[in-house]
Amino acid sequence: MSSISGTAEGLRPGAGVAGRARRRPGVGTVYRWELRKLRYQKRTYLGLGAAAIVPILFVVAVQFRHHRAGGGDFAFASYLTKSGLVFPLVILLFGAIWLFPLITALVAGDIFASEDHNGTLKTVLTRSLERWQIFAGKALTALTYAIVAIAIDGTVAVIAGSIESGFNSVQTLSGSIVSAPKGLELVYLSLLVYLIPIATVVCIGLLLSTITRNSAAAVVGTLMISLLFQLIGVLPGLSATTPYLLSTQFNAWQGLLRQPIDWSPIVRAAWVCALYGLPALGTAFLVFLRRDVAGG
Amino acid sequence: MTGSVPPPVEVRGLVKLYGELTAVAGVDLTVHAGDVYGYLGPNGAGKTTCLRMMLGLIRPTEGTVRLFGRDPLETVQALDDVAGFVEAPTFYPYMSGRRNLELLAAFDGDDASDRIDHALETVELSDRAKDRVGGYSHGMRQRLGIAAALLRDPKLLLLDEPATGLDPAGMRDMRLLIRRLADQGMTVLLSSHLLAEVEELCNRVAIVRRGEIVYEGAIADLKRSAGATYRLSTTNDERALHVCRAQPGVGDVRVVHGRISFTADDPAVAELSQALIEAGALITMLAPQTVTLEDLFFSLTEGDGVGNGLASAQAGTGDHAPAKAEASS
Repeated sequence: MSSISGTAEGLRPGAGVAGRARRRPGVGTVYRWELRKLRYQKRTYLGLGAAAIVPILFVVAVQFRHHRAGGGDFAFASYLTKSGLVFPLVILLFGAIWLFPLITALVAGDIFASEDHNGTLKTVLTRSLERWQIFAGKALTALTYAIVAIAIDGTVAVIAGSIESGFNSVQTLSGSIVSAPKGLELVYLSLLVYLIPIATVVCIGLLLSTITRNSAAAVVGTLMISLLFQLIGVLPGLSATTPYLLSTQFNAWQGLLRQPIDWSPIVRAAWVCALYGLPALGTAFLVFLRRDVAGG
Repeated sequence: MTGSVPPPVEVRGLVKLYGELTAVAGVDLTVHAGDVYGYLGPNGAGKTTCLRMMLGLIRPTEGTVRLFGRDPLETVQALDDVAGFVEAPTFYPYMSGRRNLELLAAFDGDDASDRIDHALETVELSDRAKDRVGGYSHGMRQRLGIAAALLRDPKLLLLDEPATGLDPAGMRDMRLLIRRLADQGMTVLLSSHLLAEVEELCNRVAIVRRGEIVYEGAIADLKRSAGATYRLSTTNDERALHVCRAQPGVGDVRVVHGRISFTADDPAVAELSQALIEAGALITMLAPQTVTLEDLFFSLTEGDGVGNGLASAQAGTGDHAPAKAEASS
């Protein structure tokens, strides 16, 4: 069988890319195609599936616990049976330990390393895109994935929780009661604030993905760094560092549930996360820009 | 190449160091428009590293690369008229062949759906276009790599071992395609271990050894610089050997597989014939040997300093420089 039949009509060898009417591709092109590529990868659904199923499992667990004992010893525990809007907030509390960092790292830690693994970096870097455009498109994609995962988790938690405990008013951390619609608004604002430390985890994942060029190492490394912060937070003698740990910033959203709203933990989360995230992102950017693409 | 139009490839003083290891040591080469240029060297000679530097994938330690006058490290626009692949072409295994081409076309700023069909037809992958690349054979990926390159309508095609992994028919078709593209005016730079293929396709070559270019120029000049090699049998080879060594214009005299081997031009061979007869060593066989690119490649890339005569011949100083082709036979 002949395998290459020659130059077919429609291809114009020698015309060159610049010889065709076209627009120069940009970050948007990379971003759209990176999102499209995520749709083909199992790990995408693994992370989003976990984000969706954890709230459901949590609701089931609470139902069993309610029937057997009731209550709990964590924030909002006593309200779980009174309003479904409490469920997403409780999941935010527990998800900060490893669930959300892991889901975030699944894509952020993989997005450059998988190109090394597949040897495809050289393929895309020899087209018509500058390296910074590819980096920006990929970074935006990793952040988008994290946002979608948090949004799915929060929405599923609101729906499942409301089915279990009703779409009722919520008691804030200051003791005041807010209506269900206001409570829903606070839940989504909390998710938004939660994205600040999540964005930092994205940056750390991107850095490890760029430096290690190994997907597993980058994903696990990102999770380990997140867990390390948790560990430092509980070590005796290091309590002075607690306000400045990444893990602490995962609780900043609780400022929204006080009346009046306490913005100080949110503001602190913004700059503390910037201190961790921006150097990581900048380093990843420079490494990607200057690195030799020698494999694949 | 003269005039103001920059050549497709101009490499000057290219060096790449990895710690103590010198992968590329001061490579200079120029590929002119319309050339089918072979880049040859044994494994580990630095060919792929050099090609990667040409495509801006690797930053040189020293030296410059210009593609149509532009530096690929400064702007990706230097690659606007360039396509190809280094080592095996690579694609996203979880997407179909067609989807991969769509992505690459988009990364060129082109939606090009009809052009993708043409490219797939060209490499005869239309019937497998919807299959995931992860299920493709090596040869199919190689063909998809060609399709991806052709999508850019390049003026310069850089191909690293393009026939690797292809079956004999595929290798033949690859040669035909490269020939056809060159006939249409495309400049081709290809690295290959298939020296017969390079000899058939290329008009100019660079031969690299341990990161250094030991010859750059036309294949015809390389062969001419090697001089004509002859094999000789006589009724008295011992005496004939002395005559050959004493004869002006006859060089590189040696005994190979029981026969005398030497290099000489036509007048010197005529005079040698006469001298042999006068010495009583009657000729039973005198045959010119065809010097192949493979012979020359080995003479330039194996042993120490063997290639010096040929390399200097390139500079016009060694029209009768002895070829060491026999050293490898």
